[in-house]
Amino acid sequence: MKGFDVKVENVSRAYGNFKALDDVSIEIKKGEFFSLLGPSGCGKTTLLRIIAGFDSPDTGIVLLDGKDILPLSPDKRQVNTVFQSYALFPHLSVYENVAFPLRLRKVPHAILDARVKEYLHLVQLEEHIHKKPAKLSGGQKQRVAIARALINEPSVLLLDEPLSALDAKLRQNLLVELDHLHDQIGITFIYVTHDQSEALSISDRIAVMNQGKVLQIGTPYEIYESPATDFVARFIGETNLFPAVVKACIPYEDYYMTTLDIPALGAQIKVTDYDDLPEGQHVSFTVRPEKLKITGDKPTRVGKDINLFKGIVEEPIYSGFQSKYYVSLENETVVKVIQQHANYMDEGPDIDWKDQVYVSWSAEDGYIVEVVDS
Amino acid sequence: MTTLNNPKTKRRHKLQPTKLVRPAKGTQGPYKTPKNQVFQDHRHFGFSNIMLVLVVLFLFVPLFVVVIYSFNASKGMRWTGFSLQWYTKLLFDSDQLWRAFANSFIIAISSSVVATILGSLSAVGIKWYKFKSRAYIQVVSFLPMVLPEVIIGISMLIFFTAVKIPLGMFTIFVAHTTFNLPFVFLLVSARLDEFDFSVIEAARDLGATERQTLTKVIVPSIMPGVMSGLLMAITMSLEDFVITFFVSGPGSTTLPLYVYSMIRYGVSPVINALSFVLILGIMILALSFRKFLKTIAASS
Repeated sequence: MKGFDVKVENVSRAYGNFKALDDVSIEIKKGEFFSLLGPSGCGKTTLLRIIAGFDSPDTGIVLLDGKDILPLSPDKRQVNTVFQSYALFPHLSVYENVAFPLRLRKVPHAILDARVKEYLHLVQLEEHIHKKPAKLSGGQKQRVAIARALINEPSVLLLDEPLSALDAKLRQNLLVELDHLHDQIGITFIYVTHDQSEALSISDRIAVMNQGKVLQIGTPYEIYESPATDFVARFIGETNLFPAVVKACIPYEDYYMTTLDIPALGAQIKVTDYDDLPEGQHVSFTVRPEKLKITGDKPTRVGKDINLFKGIVEEPIYSGFQSKYYVSLENETVVKVIQQHANYMDEGPDIDWKDQVYVSWSAEDGYIVEVVDS
Repeated sequence: MTTLNNPKTKRRHKLQPTKLVRPAKGTQGPYKTPKNQVFQDHRHFGFSNIMLVLVVLFLFVPLFVVVIYSFNASKGMRWTGFSLQWYTKLLFDSDQLWRAFANSFIIAISSSVVATILGSLSAVGIKWYKFKSRAYIQVVSFLPMVLPEVIIGISMLIFFTAVKIPLGMFTIFVAHTTFNLPFVFLLVSARLDEFDFSVIEAARDLGATERQTLTKVIVPSIMPGVMSGLLMAITMSLEDFVITFFVSGPGSTTLPLYVYSMIRYGVSPVINALSFVLILGIMILALSFRKFLKTIAASS
């Protein structure tokens, strides 16, 4: 692995009364594709700007390969940035934009020319080298920005929402290309985004941030399947989230079968969890919509760890490969259910508006995401 | 998970794909271009064409008249024969006219260069720094542009006499710099509005020092705005009459003032000759600068 590891220790940054970063600590490994994910104003861009050198923290340190980089100005750090607005130099051609860092270092012409062409080839822009940025499409501009940031051979590449200005199709393509680039070059990528699907599909690890704090650091799988807090559960993907009270907690194989009383559902449900929670503990319970099974007829085989509810379909939303249903349960709490349409023939009866349906899920598919102190 | 539905009884009918229906031959398809489209209906004697011809005539016929009469053999408005006498007179017997021309030129260059420097710096300052009186300065700097020239001329005259600055080249230079400033300011500001500030950070990020960022990124990318401001200022200064009229003194007559004074004693065909020389000169300049102006227009 090339690239450096980045260590952010106890970094805080406030603008007046607004705490942009509140005691943030993150360790990013060598050559990792690491995403900072969160809603706008969560501090992810501030953290990126601190690593790049455009902002400095009030307290805390940032280590690059074990060395403190905070005293260095941006031009002295082995870090380059791909900006959200591309930030191409409007008066220079594509070629000169990419050559800019090398010209500053007075690299001999032959080497410069070879390197620029190599990096333009890497981002597939050989055909447009003499164009000015104003003549390029958004995707092409972003490729120029990426080539320009990589030509200095930085140890860490920072990407500040690089795809947010592009349309959905192009975003998917560029995302795949970014992934290939990362595999080819092997340096550390730090990717800032507010788009959870981007972060999930491309990252080795993700840090989910909100209000200046890091809520959870983990692989996309960990973050999606076992969110640490209810914010993470709601922000990553869609979910059904309810406050609940622990009724019973019985050891079951290598975990605990927990019975929760959920006031919103007016019922008790079963969920497996790794913690032995005391009776009466307030918690948050979540289950992803795609884990719910929706059927027109009552399921015939109901195991003891299946949670089953009767309801009315309030709104079916068909979107090609899947359908989403808003189902109003008996006490009028609405849950979201997502059903994949994998095969044309093996679906059950059409589920339509105002149909009576059964919603069920296994105890293993739900999660207790947050223990609420009260 | 077990399948809870019996596939035999619950099987749905497979949907038939919708067939695209092509219209039969001879009938009009739904997407055929309507016959009476606006741009196809372009009559040769339509209103807009007539207006175009009239406007072009209105603009250029006076110029042609001037050019033709500059070759007239006599002074009056009757054509008496072809002659180059007015050109000889213009070139060899019009010292005062050429002195006025030189004055105009000196003032145009000096005032527009100073106005461009001051205007560009103030545009950069107003754009990049936030301070209390920012909005007021922005409005006040536009005043010379919107106020009638007579008022600016009179107020400058009163000011210069009050502080006892003798009227002459220097006062004209000051006045021209003043009224050129807002134009440069406006053009450079417009350029700065499109300026992406992350470009500065990008330059620093890629290894440029602060000085390199200024010389290699900021100045070149606002240059088109600065250049168009300079050209505008030169033009405005060369043609100004009203303000110059108030603040000029003995020995500082500019070309527009001189031409006006000549007209007062009857129209001399030398002016016609001068007009043609100027038209010719500007046309040559414009044609040779065309590529340069185009790049300015394209990049700004």
